[in-house]
Amino acid sequence: MNSRSAQCLLLAAVLVAGCQRSEAPQSAPTNGASSSNGGATIQIQGAGATFPNPIYSKWFDEYRKAHPNVLINYQAIGSGGGIKQLSAQTVFFGASDGPMTDDQLKAAGRPILHFPTVLGGVVPIYDIPGVTQQINFSGDVLANIYLGKITKWNDPAIAKINAGVNFPATDIAVVHRSDGSGTTYIFADYLSKVSPEFKQKVGVNTALSWPAGVGAKGSDGVAGLVKQTPGAIGYVELIYALQNKIPYGAVQNKAGDFVVATLDSVTAAANAAAATMPDDFRVSITNSDAKGAYPLASFTWLLLDQNPSDKARGRIMSDFVLWAITDGQKLVPELGYAPLPASVVEKEKEALKKIQL
Amino acid sequence: MSNARPSADDRKFRIGTGIFAAVVLLIVIGIGVELTRQSLLSIQKFGMSFWKGTTWDPVAGEFGALPFIWGTLYSGLLALLLSTPIALGIAIYVSELSPRLLRQPLTYLTELLAAIPSIVYGLWGVFVLVPIVRKIELWTPDVLRKTPLFKGPPLGVGMLAAALILAVMVIPFSSSVAREILKNVPAAQREAAYALGATRWEAIKVAMGYGKTGIIGAVMLGFGRALGETMAVTMVIGNSPQVSASLFAPQYTMAAVIANEFTEAADELYLHALIEIGLLLFVITIIVNIVSRLLIWSMKKRVVRRVPVAPVAEAQPA
Repeated sequence: MNSRSAQCLLLAAVLVAGCQRSEAPQSAPTNGASSSNGGATIQIQGAGATFPNPIYSKWFDEYRKAHPNVLINYQAIGSGGGIKQLSAQTVFFGASDGPMTDDQLKAAGRPILHFPTVLGGVVPIYDIPGVTQQINFSGDVLANIYLGKITKWNDPAIAKINAGVNFPATDIAVVHRSDGSGTTYIFADYLSKVSPEFKQKVGVNTALSWPAGVGAKGSDGVAGLVKQTPGAIGYVELIYALQNKIPYGAVQNKAGDFVVATLDSVTAAANAAAATMPDDFRVSITNSDAKGAYPLASFTWLLLDQNPSDKARGRIMSDFVLWAITDGQKLVPELGYAPLPASVVEKEKEALKKIQL
Repeated sequence: MSNARPSADDRKFRIGTGIFAAVVLLIVIGIGVELTRQSLLSIQKFGMSFWKGTTWDPVAGEFGALPFIWGTLYSGLLALLLSTPIALGIAIYVSELSPRLLRQPLTYLTELLAAIPSIVYGLWGVFVLVPIVRKIELWTPDVLRKTPLFKGPPLGVGMLAAALILAVMVIPFSSSVAREILKNVPAAQREAAYALGATRWEAIKVAMGYGKTGIIGAVMLGFGRALGETMAVTMVIGNSPQVSASLFAPQYTMAAVIANEFTEAADELYLHALIEIGLLLFVITIIVNIVSRLLIWSMKKRVVRRVPVAPVAEAQPA
């Protein structure tokens, strides 16, 4: 009988202890290492951007088939979370849709390298009653729509760059992402480059203070709302527009061309930037001035320690990146991403040598 | 178990279960402490102006919570206005008027509403409710559209859609508590009313009057539930932080902004501001829950027989 009440007390004590521990969940830095080296499976933890999650999952899966003793575990928690967790060393590698800022690098307190893995394009999608043609957008028009200054589809500024299209006098229903997102970052980055007013009033970030419109959650939320709202405009990754069969517009680049987003025109933007690519790959390739280059394009990056705390895992990740930017690129187009141009791959191969192993 | 020392056993049992009860208290206090600790940067920087600020600009690092507090309370209040008559109607019908055969199925069906995951409500909202709301908005005559209550473009998403979806989600909570309250009104009350020649309707009015505070408590519990709802609301409210009385305007709630922006908030101050929103929501929800509990208790004290009130889930940010 005493043992029963003792059990009860013990159970209670365990619960209380569990409760106290849960208040400090990250007290013990595991450094992403959950098994020791040797013959056993080596696990590597990573976290970050959601946009490249499909291709990363595919890559980690393929890589495991070739290296059965390596298990790379990726949590798509968002770019911000990826940067934060890598800085705090709770994961071994991070991933982000926007390069880390100087402040973020300083906060991490140790050198972190950026490796572009694939490219994505963002497209303006729309539902304009009575318009079936693919229409053209200039940076100015997009910025003014999202600033709430162009409010009707038959605005002269839109008609001017779309000769022959008969626009209705419908109100424009502006839709943006409500959740923090790399897609928003790319879109705002382009608009800030072409419109000083957008840069000053809104700026560039994964989440913004939008002067107009409604926010929808996720790319599917934006696509869904645009599809069912007459007069709506939104922006999503190219793959979502293709999958949902929503019309999307051509966008004017710095060279003045109206370019339709395709995997080729997105890669062209990266190719054009290759010549002036900084050594740390932290570069924005929106609003390209090259002919035929799509202006709403961006890299997505894997983030690795330059001086990894665990050399064995560092070697595996270095080998993985090398495979991903070479053979791994063959898997990229079928999932809707644009592959890296050869010039960038060569530069990355050099950069991989910087990792101290 | 031996019966030799029942009192000692009883004491140990009481202490053991007492510890379990204390765990609940510890968790609540722990959440409060942790939320405060994690939002210190924002508390220090903005102080009380965080409650009053209307700008939410992650780029400039300027944060004010008023639009979110407004959206949360306004949508909760509207949901209350819409759901209370229906919830009370269900409670009265089930406890006073319905044939015995229908009673159980009706109770079961209303409570089933509470078991539907909120993401399902959200999807239903996006694909069914929002297009209907858009039609209503388009039908609204221009004279009305110019008044502050109905200003704004006919988008479908916005305060009205959010209030409607919340109302549906709240109905099972307030109706089941109200039903229990009515059931606990002593039969003598109704008998006395009938003895004085009251009609059915008048007798029910007497019973309602007797259970007034408890019914208000039931409604407040539903309110608490509405405040914490996240997923369904963020999918239909339009997520635009503004203080507006308009039912057609897109707005924002506290739970929704946390769900939306937490994952990508890399900047320290930004993160702390989001957690402070969580702290505010925690405080507001606690106040609403305490008030509603107090009302139900004060009602129970007046009931002659002590009858337990049906357990009701607390408002929980999903």
